[in-house]
Amino acid sequence: MTQAVKKLPRIEINEKFCKGCSICVDFCPTDVLELRGPVVAVKNLEACTRCQLCDLRCPDFAIQVFD
Amino acid sequence: MSTIAEKKEKVSVPFDYNKYLRPNKLPHIWCPGCGHGIVLKALLRAIDRAGLEKDNICMVSGIGCSSRTPGYVDFNTLHTLHGRAMAFATGVKLAKPELKVIVITGDGDALAIGGNHFIHACRRNIDMTVLVMTNSTYGMTGGQYSPTTPLDAIATTSRYGNIEPPFDACEMARASGATFVARGTAYHTIELERTIHDALVHKGTSIVDVIDACPTYFGRANKYKSATHMMELIEKDGTVNVKQAEKLPPEKLEGKVLRGVLHKVERPEYCEQYENLIMQKAAAKK
Repeated sequence: MTQAVKKLPRIEINEKFCKGCSICVDFCPTDVLELRGPVVAVKNLEACTRCQLCDLRCPDFAIQVFD
Repeated sequence: MSTIAEKKEKVSVPFDYNKYLRPNKLPHIWCPGCGHGIVLKALLRAIDRAGLEKDNICMVSGIGCSSRTPGYVDFNTLHTLHGRAMAFATGVKLAKPELKVIVITGDGDALAIGGNHFIHACRRNIDMTVLVMTNSTYGMTGGQYSPTTPLDAIATTSRYGNIEPPFDACEMARASGATFVARGTAYHTIELERTIHDALVHKGTSIVDVIDACPTYFGRANKYKSATHMMELIEKDGTVNVKQAEKLPPEKLEGKVLRGVLHKVERPEYCEQYENLIMQKAAAKK
């Protein structure tokens, strides 16, 4: 039996809305995100635990985590 | 046949904010790191949880950063005079009592310029939910000190420190007769969602004082490093839940602000009283 491949979440970032306040980067418990220039980007998707803290605390409606 | 991995898979769909927003008005004008956006999201989730219809909500605001909120949401909205949001909301509620009236104001808007409207709306106990977004500054006009700016804080109008003692919006609301008084912060966003939901389902004047951060004016002037730094120091470390506070010794509560539902009583609601009076008088005339 083959081992099931770990399914990765999908993090959607709306770069037009992101203002680069770095709230999501600082509050991410597993350090998934980073600031790349003026907007946020995904650095290490495999570490994401789908806790949704970035989504909950983003003031700009710019980030959402899909399963 | 489905595998174990497939069975374990939980489907968590993120909240669809677009359902309640006017997407063509976004991105909003608030500064990077401003807490108002977080509060707006908590409010939208609370509205969804309370099962309110979009067309049955009327959102009223005054002037200020926080009062830009109705521009972004797809409800019946009213952007009115500085400090007078609650006066307009009273009018809306009396004319159409079936509407759910939500007032969004800032601390300067509600407590300084609209102080009297705030007190008298609480006194009448008219059914509306009021969100006072307390960021301790007048952000839109350049960072002047407001009625909730802490002592010794720096603002553009208090360069050597503020000497005016701040207001406690919750204490004032309670003393004025509001039947639901609560406090939340933008940092504790899930708790805030729950608090706003409780405020929305309560019949009578519900005041929710929401502490959020203004990194641009208050933060820069008072040497906070970033929006996150402000959220951690002011909102996380500066507040304690009212239920936790009961178990803590008094010395640990020094300088802390209580959050959660602080006061809840039942009292006759204004529109109902008004309706009853009319019906009584009409019946007596026949």
